[in-house]
Amino acid sequence: MALIHLSSPHVSKANSTARVMRLVLVAMLPALLALTFFFGWGSLIHIFLACTFALIFEAFALYLRQRSLRFFLSDGSALVTAVLLALAIPPMAPWWITAVGMFSAIVIAKHLYGGLGQNPFNPAMVAYALLLISFPIEMTQWNAPFVLLGDSWQALPSFSQTLAIIFNSPQALSLDAFTGATPLEVLKHKGSLTTEEIWRSSDVLSQAVFAWYGVSAAWLMGGIFLIYRKIMTWHAPLSMLVTLFILASLFYGGDPSNFADPFVHLGVGATMMGAFFIATDPVSGATSNKGKIVFGIGLGILIYVIRTWGNYPDAVAFAVLLMNLSAPFIDQYTQPRSYGHKQSTSTRGGSR
Amino acid sequence: MSRIFSFHGGIHPPENKKQSLGANIRLAPIPAQLILPLQQHIGKAALPCVAIGERVLKGQKIAEANGRISSSLHAPSSGVITYIGPQPVPHASGLESDCIVIDTDGLDEWSTLSPIADYLSMNKMDLINHIRDLGIAGLGGAGFPTDVKLHLGDDHIINTLIINAAECEPYITADDALMRERSDEILAGIEIIAHLLKPSHILIGIEDNKPQAIKALDQALRASTLNIDICVVPTKYPSGGEKQLIQLLTGIEVPSGSIPADIGIVCQNVGTTAAIYRAVFKGEPLISRVVTLTGYALGHRQNYEVLIGTPFTTLLEAAEVNRTTLFRLVMGGPMMGIGVNDERIPVIKTTNCIIAATEDEMPPALPAQPCIRCGMCEQVCPASLLPQQLFWFAQGREFDKAKQHNLFDCIECGACAYVCPSNIPLVQHYRFAKSEIRTEEFEQQKASHARIRFEARQARLEREAAEKELRRKERAEAAAKQQAERKLAEATPKELNSDEEKAAQIKQLKTAASVARTKLKKANDALKNAREKGLEGIDKLETTILLLEQKANEAQQAWIDAGGEQS
Repeated sequence: MALIHLSSPHVSKANSTARVMRLVLVAMLPALLALTFFFGWGSLIHIFLACTFALIFEAFALYLRQRSLRFFLSDGSALVTAVLLALAIPPMAPWWITAVGMFSAIVIAKHLYGGLGQNPFNPAMVAYALLLISFPIEMTQWNAPFVLLGDSWQALPSFSQTLAIIFNSPQALSLDAFTGATPLEVLKHKGSLTTEEIWRSSDVLSQAVFAWYGVSAAWLMGGIFLIYRKIMTWHAPLSMLVTLFILASLFYGGDPSNFADPFVHLGVGATMMGAFFIATDPVSGATSNKGKIVFGIGLGILIYVIRTWGNYPDAVAFAVLLMNLSAPFIDQYTQPRSYGHKQSTSTRGGSR
Repeated sequence: MSRIFSFHGGIHPPENKKQSLGANIRLAPIPAQLILPLQQHIGKAALPCVAIGERVLKGQKIAEANGRISSSLHAPSSGVITYIGPQPVPHASGLESDCIVIDTDGLDEWSTLSPIADYLSMNKMDLINHIRDLGIAGLGGAGFPTDVKLHLGDDHIINTLIINAAECEPYITADDALMRERSDEILAGIEIIAHLLKPSHILIGIEDNKPQAIKALDQALRASTLNIDICVVPTKYPSGGEKQLIQLLTGIEVPSGSIPADIGIVCQNVGTTAAIYRAVFKGEPLISRVVTLTGYALGHRQNYEVLIGTPFTTLLEAAEVNRTTLFRLVMGGPMMGIGVNDERIPVIKTTNCIIAATEDEMPPALPAQPCIRCGMCEQVCPASLLPQQLFWFAQGREFDKAKQHNLFDCIECGACAYVCPSNIPLVQHYRFAKSEIRTEEFEQQKASHARIRFEARQARLEREAAEKELRRKERAEAAAKQQAERKLAEATPKELNSDEEKAAQIKQLKTAASVARTKLKKANDALKNAREKGLEGIDKLETTILLLEQKANEAQQAWIDAGGEQS
């Protein structure tokens, strides 16, 4: 009788890349809800746009590379990239921002390097950095959370108004009525004011900063869910957050009137998203647990340095890209100590 | 109870052990034909010591251990040897290997056994040889000849004896059943090993999913005088791996490239201890073992006492296999077992389990997706390797890097492949890389061997040439010396003995003188000719002529001196 002959192991856990990606998508739900709650329909519309573009570009790239469309489209990795980018860009940004972003993420950052698993840089962050440099105006026009516009959620543009803004129709309301600076931008351009003065004088900081805190809390929730489900480990996020917190505390402790306090650094901007959803990207990050810690520390330092002394208010994308570059190097020197060895290979020396 | 440590990684696959624990160990039928591979153990294959057509009795030796690491074979039942030659055997390669085939006669007639009444008063060497003679090999999985391990006390200080009762692979319950039903035999076996190795600690490592076996061992232990600790470890695959169990029970890691005995530890499987008991107290060779027959394609999932050499077919039929649902046949556990595609293969000493799985139970592997370096494999690797990197290197044929990343510390437990979300058959990649590296090393060894031989040959040729040259020189020197002596002898005018000799000498000198004169004349002619025609080299000719003149005069003089033309 013909029995198939296979080598061990003969069983495997019911696990798949698609399941991993699905769980990541689920973990991004709280952030989507928080963004929609505070900033309106924009994020939802952009997610829809981004997913559509992502699947089209992915299918296009797979077709050009003569790969199985069904097999690779079903892994869900393009959707994760799409949702990440859609949640990172300003909710009222025009539609073509997402289109350009998805093209650079899927076609350039992912498939030109060989597709899933081969990209040295995080595709969503490549797209974000490219957009930020190419279209600084569109990319910095964050609409203000509803608390600054009126008493309730009603003050935000309606779904149809949002659609009109995103598709830039002539009937659209002027975007300027809704947009404002983000807390990090306010802090960046505080000029000669001290930190306390800017907190008092800026509406964004004194009244609305909790909107950003809320979004960060939502990202944090999603991240903890993923760690709990063992989709990722705590190493990179925790080391990044702790590093950022320590650095911010040191400078804030030394000169509170010139530096933002550490909780602002953790609570606003893309810190939480970066820590749990970008720094943990396995493809472009460091691989061993030790390596992930080093990777996270590097991210924390770079984010603080770029935020504080750089030209851009937020820094997660640039920090991630720089650390992606260093990941192979980190991997070389952070191999774990294997069973029965006194030292890890990297510290053992000798020929490599 | 001693402290339990932990090891890195590990997985919790579904245990699937309950199915086969419903009934006691049952005796499997004697098959019409027993097939006994000569190689059932690690080391060299045994050498047959019977001939085709010979009738053998149950327990009679049919193949002799060949070398230090080898094991002998015995007839599991009485019958006639009908064939010695290649047959399909349980091996991952699926290749055939030499076997002895016995057509059983159903009488199951024992040969005379020689039990040892009082092993304590026996010479240890003789006791170990007795165990070796009865073909005892490790029943845990590797089939390492037991006597070799019992000799470890000779050149190592053994302070800890670990009895491996973890049985961490899913489905397998052979050791569990054995402990439940024959814990006294196991204890007696342990006492024999302890007598031989004299360890200061004896630890039995057992997973906490075998409460009845623990209870049975505990009870048996009460009757024993030995100080044995039963160490209950948490159920986690692969806690039964030798290195992992050592780490669990002692907190010590076996250094890479060493054996446990180097750190004072010897491990034995529980099944082996029972086999040692039988060998010593009953004189029975290793001719049967407990095998778990399980999987949902079987009607009776339970443990059987099976004669070594019984074909799988006999067992599957005894367990009422449903051939319509049978999809996969595995020897061993689902994590490290060997896929079998020919059910005629026999049970060997290391066959602890046969899984007849349905398609639902062990579905075919899904197509592999690209590795996303998620690191789940790294989190479960009991050897603390970086499986994702090893995979990368194996795929890219960067074997040096794979070796640098400690590929050879991989125990092929399969935990990485089990958790891989991309369904990558990681263990296969590692096996491939390992075999490639081994082949490469073998080739290198061969090449360096060839180089050494070439260099040796070259050196030999040079040496021979030098010797030849030396001999030639010696000969030349000797000849030169001889000639010089002769010349000297010629120079000193000899008293010539007879007139004849004298006349001969004069004649010789006369000839020389005339030859010299002729040469001079020719040279003069040449000179004249050259002058007439104005050719070059006249000076040279002139000097030659001067020289020839001198020689001619000398020859003339010599001839005159010798007495020629005296008148």
